Amino acid sequence: MIKQLCRKMFRKSLWVYHANSGGCNGCDIEVLNVLTPYYDAERFGIKLVGSPRHADVMLCQGPAMRPTAAALRRAYEAMPEPKLVFAIGSCACGGGIWHDSYNVLGPVEKVIPVNYYIPGCPPRPEAILYGVALALGLVEKKMCPVTLQRRRLPIPRYHPESLVGTGIEIVYKDAEKV
Amino acid sequence: MSLLSKIRETVLCLKAGRVTLPYPAEPRPVPPRFRGRPIFDAAKCIGCAGCANNCPAREILVHDVCQELRIIQYLGRRCTFCGRCADVCPEKAVTMSHDFETATNAIADLSQRLELFMSTCQRCGRCFPEPSPLERLKLKGYRFDDVASERWIFHSKGYLDAESTVADIRIDLD
Ligand code: SF4
Ligand code: SF4
Ligand code: SF4
Repeated sequence: MIKQLCRKMFRKSLWVYHANSGGCNGCDIEVLNVLTPYYDAERFGIKLVGSPRHADVMLCQGPAMRPTAAALRRAYEAMPEPKLVFAIGSCACGGGIWHDSYNVLGPVEKVIPVNYYIPGCPPRPEAILYGVALALGLVEKKMCPVTLQRRRLPIPRYHPESLVGTGIEIVYKDAEKV
Repeated sequence: MSLLSKIRETVLCLKAGRVTLPYPAEPRPVPPRFRGRPIFDAAKCIGCAGCANNCPAREILVHDVCQELRIIQYLGRRCTFCGRCADVCPEKAVTMSHDFETATNAIADLSQRLELFMSTCQRCGRCFPEPSPLERLKLKGYRFDDVASERWIFHSKGYLDAESTVADIRIDLD
């Protein structure tokens, strides 16, 4: 649904505003790397602007911190509708390795709504480009939650008389013996 | 002078050619030692929680829902891809993949959840995986060994048949 909304709302160039609310600068460097000719995000019409009032998209780096949360909120509110927020890096997605520090509130999600997450510490420039392309509907999402189950029958560990050799493995004759 | 420098600039730019990568259209391989998303393997994991204890981001949660079921949950949201979980895992159940295209619009997409069956220790009543680490240590004289004729089982899935073989003796030297 967000993708369709994106296509409809952001048919023209996306102008991005780059907000660091307390990251270590690793992600900022990767974001600027994306704007270099080598990765060239400008071919998607992405342009870095200096004010949230001109921007459609906010790129958040760093966790929401106690001192910067209010400023982040104000920057978000200053952006004109419709707006998108990208959380770039582990800090913005989930608080990062400093998630339990005294002045870290947690992910930026706690302060402003987030539309797209790009995990990594810092994410590769390609990963950021992939996230942008995902938002523009150019690529398909590759992630989904995984649950792996490994269940076995209860094993009669202390009843060696119920064990029978088959040549390779032990076979349990009556498993309900436990 | 200024015109000359402009011409020189143009020549330089033309000489460089096209440097932009065609990235989202074409795949871009990662360097061989690149660490991407960790992948957990339920078949190998023994539920020791070493990864959870060593994760600097406290990203892996371990909880026992009942006596026999242990849940290992990797959240994925604040993972720094440091590879410590893969480093400490005694069973090599965690692999650092080359997966970097992990951008998503729902953060729960990144989670991995392992549901492990754990046996119950008859002495202390706490759960431990089967085969247990004790079995893996191949202790002499543990459980089904044939103490009378001095034959030992060194594999948790092994068994002894009636006649002793030469192989038994060879393992015993260990
Ligand atoms: S995600 Fe990693 S690189 Fe990015 S700001 Fe946080 S600590 Fe720095
Ligand atoms: S890679 Fe590092 S941060 Fe991520 S789960 Fe493993 S130990 Fe934790
Ligand atoms: S993944 Fe490895 S370290 Fe983590 S609980 Fe399983 S066996 Fe232990």
